This record gives sequence, C-alpha cells and structure tokens, in this order.
Amino acid sequence: MQSVIKVGRSSIASVQALGRLACLFAQSLLQKPTNLKQEFSLITAQLYSVGVLSLLIIALSGLFIGMVLALQGYTVLSRFGATEALGQLVSLSLIRELGPVVAALLFAGRAGSALTAEVGFMKATEQLSALEMMAVNPLTYIIRPRLIAGMIAMPILALIFNMVAIYSAWYVCVALLHVDSGSFWANMQNAVDFRLDVINGLIKSLCFGVVVTLIALYQGYESIPTTEGIGRATTNSVVLSSISVLGLDFLLTAFMFGT
Amino acid sequence: MSKTKVELSVGVLVCLGLLAFVFMAFRVSGLAGSTSSSKQYQVSAYFDNVSGLVEGAKVTFAGVTVGRVQSISIEPKSSKAKVLLALNEQANYISTDATAVVQTAGILGEKYIGLTQGAESEVLAAGSEIFDTQSSLILEDLIGKLVMAFVKKDDK
Repeated sequence: MQSVIKVGRSSIASVQALGRLACLFAQSLLQKPTNLKQEFSLITAQLYSVGVLSLLIIALSGLFIGMVLALQGYTVLSRFGATEALGQLVSLSLIRELGPVVAALLFAGRAGSALTAEVGFMKATEQLSALEMMAVNPLTYIIRPRLIAGMIAMPILALIFNMVAIYSAWYVCVALLHVDSGSFWANMQNAVDFRLDVINGLIKSLCFGVVVTLIALYQGYESIPTTEGIGRATTNSVVLSSISVLGLDFLLTAFMFGT
Repeated sequence: MSKTKVELSVGVLVCLGLLAFVFMAFRVSGLAGSTSSSKQYQVSAYFDNVSGLVEGAKVTFAGVTVGRVQSISIEPKSSKAKVLLALNEQANYISTDATAVVQTAGILGEKYIGLTQGAESEVLAAGSEIFDTQSSLILEDLIGKLVMAFVKKDDK
C-alpha cells in the first residue's frame, strides 16, 4: 500500500513539475519586452557566457570526434574497398545525429550547469526576491535573456561542431589515410541534402537548445535555497537535460527521417 | 571584461556560426556547383552506359587522377551518354585516340573513368571527343549472362 502511495505521489509531483516548467517557459517568453535596447544587451551578455565560453570545448570535441569517426569508418570500409564513401558516412552521421546531440550534451554540461548554479545562487541570496521588491520581474529580467541566448547559441555551436568535425575527418582521410579528396567531397555532396539533412539538423539543435536551457533555468529557479539544494539542482539539471536530449532525439529522428 | 570585448566575442561567435552554415550549405550539401579553381580543359566522351557514375567522380590516366567528371547528359542524336571530363591543364600528353573506360574501385566501390593512352602523336585539346569507350560493368547483367550460360549448357 505504501509503495503504491509513493508511486502516486511521485507521478503527481512530476506532472506538476512539468506544468511549472511550461509556465516558466510561457511566462518568461510571452511577456512583452518593455525596453528593447536593454533586452538586447542582456541577451548579448548571456550569449557571451553561454555561447562564447562553450566554444572551445565544442570545437575541441568536434575535432576529436571527426578524427575518430574517420578512423573507425576507414577500418570497416577499407575491407570492402569503399573508403571513398567515408565523406558520406562522416557527414551524414555528424549532420543528422552526432552534431546536434553531442553538442547539446556538452552544452548541458558546460552551460546548463552554470546557469542552474547561477540562478540557484541568486535565489539563495534572495536576489530574485530583491528584484521583485523593486518591481522588476525576475522572469523577464533573469530568465528570458538566458533562455533566448541558449536558443540562439545552441544551433550556432552545433554548426561549428559539425564544421570542425568534418574538416578534421577530411584531414585524417586525405592526409593520413590517403583517401581521394575529390571523392570525399563529391560523395558527401551527393549524399547530403540541404533541406532534409542540414535544416533538420538545425531544427534538432534548436529544440535541444530550448530543452537544455529551460531545464537548467527551471532547476535553478525551483532549487531549495541551500548549499546542498543548489548542488543537487545542478546535478539534476545535467542529468535531466542529457536524458531529455537523447529521448527527444529519438522522437525527432522518427518524425524527420522515419518512413 | 569590458562591454565592447563581450560584444566583440559574441559577434565573432555569430560570424563563425554563419560561416559554418555557409560551409554546410555549399561545401557539404553542395547546394551550388563545386568551384573548380585550377585551370582545366573539357573533353567529352560518349558511352553506351554510365550507370553508377556521378558528377565529381575522378578521371584517372594510368591510375593517376588527372581530372573530374563535370557533367553527364544524353546526346540525343546517337542516344549515347555524353560525359564531360574536366582535365587538368598539366595533363597535356593524352593522345586523341585514347580509350575511356568506366571502372570500379573494388567490387562495390566508386565508379570512375580510366583513360588509356592511344597510338596517335596528336594530343587531346579542349573540345576533343572520345568515341573509343567501354561502358560500366553492371553486376546484374554479368550474373544474368553467367546464369544463362549455365542454363544453355544444361539444355545440351
């Protein structure tokens, strides 16, 4: 009996959390911005901390993932004498899946955790309440710029990740494995469709950007305002957003590339 | 961090993103035709069948890549496949009676065009045409012929 009660309680809690998450999203985005210039500079500042500071880890990971993909693909494809198809293999797996997903996972670890800790600490030190006392809505002043910056930064970072990874794969293929450079690009251009692959990959990374930043901000905003609570919220933020990204990726892939 | 520095780095990020998008559009998905920068000259070759050959495939001479397939179309008069080859300018030693063969890298690999030297002393120039060609090897046809050969043998 007790365990059934527990299941019910946790289901109700998770549905309520989902509702509050949606409210946070709607309330912060739907309110009209009063001062566009101030809004713009707030977003720029957030783009710096969310996007520019994540650039290095994204570019480095892209570099290594591209190189590994090329090497692994080569060992299998060389058995069939089809190493010319490496460009196709690398570009399709990066654009459709690895680029958006890995960039989002790294983004969750690098930027999402920082957002949660920042907002959680603002709550713990009662900065959010202080804003409200000054008749400034923390949803529009704190949450919205971060959310929009995350939505802008994520597709950009995924694009940069893809570009770095494809170039590093190209380098490994052409310079180290002696695959024909022209076939590499020609096969890639034959296989990759702009609308179906590139645009769909961009839509994916935009969705992931919304999910990761929203979960991170929600966890910070709803965290228990203690040292321990902020720590737990940060962990939850990374774990939940990683799982949501992977689950959402399956759904989006089924919609975009299924049938 | 001063405000201009923040704005500068965000600007760099956005520009990098745009660059990556252009790269995705043109270099990776080939939205526009690929750019041929080095000097090349065009030669057309006529085949009975070029199945599996794609634009951008390599053209080799004695196994060395000397150019690319620029376009593939149908020549309505002779109803043959007309393949436009863009050869590097340095490759100015191919005789006018050279043979062009659609070859395959490995059994399942990429199709490409292999040129074999002829006997003429005159060399190919821009606008030359090659009629001495061999078509793609089509695996299904080959298997079909093999099976037919076996069937005929059984009939006897």
